[in-house]
Amino acid sequence: MGYEFIEGNEAIARGAIKAKCDFVASYPITPASSILHYLLRLVPEVGGIAIQAEDEIASMGFCIAASMAGRRVLTSTSGPGMSLYSENIGLAIMGETPMVIVDVQRQGPATGSATKGAESDIQFTRWSTSGGLPIIALSPATVGEAYELTYIAFNFAEKYRTPVFILTNKEIGVTKESVSLDSIKLPPLVERKRVPTGQDRYFPHYFESAEEVPAISDFGGEYVARFTTSTHDKTAYLTTKPEIIQEMIDHYAAKIDRAADDIALVKEDLEEGADILVISYGIISRSAAVAVRRARAQGRKVSSLVLQTLWPVPEKVIESAMCGVKKVIIPEMNMGQYLVEVERLAPPEVEVVGVCKMNTTLVSPEEIIERGGLL
Amino acid sequence: MSTVKYKTYMTDAIGPLPFCPGCGHTPLIKALDKALVKLQLDPKEVVIVTDIGCIGLSCRYFITNAFHGLHGRSITYGCGLKLARPELKVIVLKGDGGCGIGGTHLLNVARRNIGITLIVGNNFNYGMTGGQHSVTTPTDGRTTTTPWGNVEGPMDLCATAIAAGAPWVYRATMFDKDLPDVIATAIEQPGFAMLDVWELCAAYYVALNELDKKELFSLLDGLSFERGLLADKPRPEYSERYWAAYKAGKSTVKKKPPIEPKYANTVTKQTGIFIAGSAGQKIRSTATLFAEGAMFAGLNATQKDDYPITVQTGHSVSEIILSPETIEYTGINSPDLFVLISEDGLKRVRSQVEKLPETCILYAEEKLQLPETNARVRRFPFSRIGRDVGRLSVAATALGTMLADTRMFPVEAFAEAIRRSQSPAIAEINVKALSAGAELAAKGG
Ligand SMILES: Cc1ncc(C[n+]2csc(CCOP(=O)(O)OP(=O)(O)O)c2C)c(N)n1
Ligand code: SF4
Ligand SMILES: [Mg+2]
Repeated sequence: MGYEFIEGNEAIARGAIKAKCDFVASYPITPASSILHYLLRLVPEVGGIAIQAEDEIASMGFCIAASMAGRRVLTSTSGPGMSLYSENIGLAIMGETPMVIVDVQRQGPATGSATKGAESDIQFTRWSTSGGLPIIALSPATVGEAYELTYIAFNFAEKYRTPVFILTNKEIGVTKESVSLDSIKLPPLVERKRVPTGQDRYFPHYFESAEEVPAISDFGGEYVARFTTSTHDKTAYLTTKPEIIQEMIDHYAAKIDRAADDIALVKEDLEEGADILVISYGIISRSAAVAVRRARAQGRKVSSLVLQTLWPVPEKVIESAMCGVKKVIIPEMNMGQYLVEVERLAPPEVEVVGVCKMNTTLVSPEEIIERGGLL
Repeated sequence: MSTVKYKTYMTDAIGPLPFCPGCGHTPLIKALDKALVKLQLDPKEVVIVTDIGCIGLSCRYFITNAFHGLHGRSITYGCGLKLARPELKVIVLKGDGGCGIGGTHLLNVARRNIGITLIVGNNFNYGMTGGQHSVTTPTDGRTTTTPWGNVEGPMDLCATAIAAGAPWVYRATMFDKDLPDVIATAIEQPGFAMLDVWELCAAYYVALNELDKKELFSLLDGLSFERGLLADKPRPEYSERYWAAYKAGKSTVKKKPPIEPKYANTVTKQTGIFIAGSAGQKIRSTATLFAEGAMFAGLNATQKDDYPITVQTGHSVSEIILSPETIEYTGINSPDLFVLISEDGLKRVRSQVEKLPETCILYAEEKLQLPETNARVRRFPFSRIGRDVGRLSVAATALGTMLADTRMFPVEAFAEAIRRSQSPAIAEINVKALSAGAELAAKGG
């Protein structure tokens, strides 16, 4: 088995190519730029277009339109660029556009520390656009997972016709690791459901039941296609009828919410009789792994959940893991952005403790043990 | 005589056009329909992309593909469609308001020459939101946001597009008899084509400024903005250039063979290593090769780098972790090995050096003035030896010394990593530097 020594950003680019990504538009920003650098070289090799856009608004505009024309698209940025993505994220939700959006998080707010890691955008991503509708977000912990989850993000994007976010971190993006990408097992590639040929007419948002994902006909394909930012019906024609508007909104929400189990990627490491549960995600889950191992070595019964899916919140897994524990510890490189989600799910008798830090440095295993009260 | 397949590209399925009586958008949209009839394009190969604004209400009256996007961003969707499917005819309809908020997209599509057609329904104000002033509102013009007359100057959209490199630019008015022909010519351009159509907004700009057809023309004259065909300088379209450049350039994707472990190692626990030097000393790339050497010896590795944004100045510091196990926490709380090559590097890591534990071995360039430290200090003439071997190989020398001294894995594994990545000539210099470093270790620091 052969190894490579590559950074997380390269793994994202390679995962995208593995997922048959053939359209990329991004605007440079530390620490995400190298994803664009890699893809500018890799994408034309597979017959695709990769372009440096004039800003993040254009990056999103290019990608949304290219996706509706049948391309498998990715754009990458960091916190400041996510702000500029905002309005177009809403458009992608509204138009049911499959796309992968990578946020290599850095220390915010504002310009913050461009070269330093953080998990600044966990809640921002969830609520990044007007409307408050659900989105999908995955968070890798290693360079290998950056590859794997990017590939899976394309599958989810195409399957659910929706933007899917990769919430990574400078600490993975520009850290090199020894990894064997070829030995990572990937699920089969998912293509978007396309409208069969020979229909009379194409309804861009056709569904029978609310959670059904409508089939697409690409712009330039067999049918005349329509796309609109405005409230619309299943034909993508503007509507002002409240009952149709509500039906469409329910559909956007249901297709994600009711698929939460399919989207939930969680690594469970539960111990019989554990009185403490550590919930972690991203790079800090690796500090948590060390902390949990040390605590167990001291005879402490501890369970651990590592969330690869952050949005929608894998509520069932979290709730069942919380059963019987006295305390939940959540270490994060922010001021407690996922903490509030766990607090919301925790029964009143369970103490929820955040080990929060937002000073550009990793939360260490020692901090989790001491501040979390793991030992 | 060929039969005309499409007599119109519009549908009245959702009723007549929605614009106010006298609105300039109505004749513009009808002229676009006539242009499409003239061209007899397959509706499936045409996309009408619209902005937000009254003008944006129009795409749903067409039987072609329609893409109605965000305010000011229609050019970006048009470009995305054209880049994804160059065979599509993409026609973007935008207002003067959209040209203001999305000004950068206008400049960039012109500069890039992406082959879309941009038609601006320019009515000197924001119709949709209630007659506010736009980037094209003439000076002194009355709008709802310039109650005493516009104190700003109008932007010449055509001159702006031409300055940015637009190959085909035309200025027309809603009254031009030949508007359908002009639109058809614009659509036929292989590159970016922009048509600025001056219009009346009956509800606002006309009402507030008492403008009629005659006054519109005198307004045109007063601004001394030219009319008619203003640029006709075709040049290769973006996609053509993209693929030509790609085919002409050598593929820059280097495929290196994977690393198959084949050497032994003596590392029994996770080992944190710092290498601190200056920009230009190849610290980061040599640290990578060192880690790859460790991988040839079956170890796991991580690397993080620290350097100023102004990359060719100041310090360059790499942190390497080697471990026989999976590396989880990637921070180094207490380094095991520290390699210090230059003053810049020392400046950056001084406080860490002061705190090094006695378990740490510090390999330092002999000329450096070190602070007090508990680490076991070993001094070597890295820069002198490195310079003797060749420029830029001091990092290979220093890491060679550290490696030979610690015997974590064979020097040959490091050499193999160097040869895997570098051209033979450069690799030979670095392997020599590495061997020289290893000899230094044998002599003792
Ligand atoms: C981001 C954003 N800001 C503001 C608006 C509100 N808005 C809608 S249309 C418009 C101006 C339209 O003017 P113009 O482009 O000239 O089109 P017209 O209505 O004159 O045809 C504005 C400001 C919006 N839709 N989106
Ligand atoms: S408000 Fe102005 S631009 Fe809008 S439809 Fe009426 S006249 Fe036309
Ligand atoms: Mg206007």
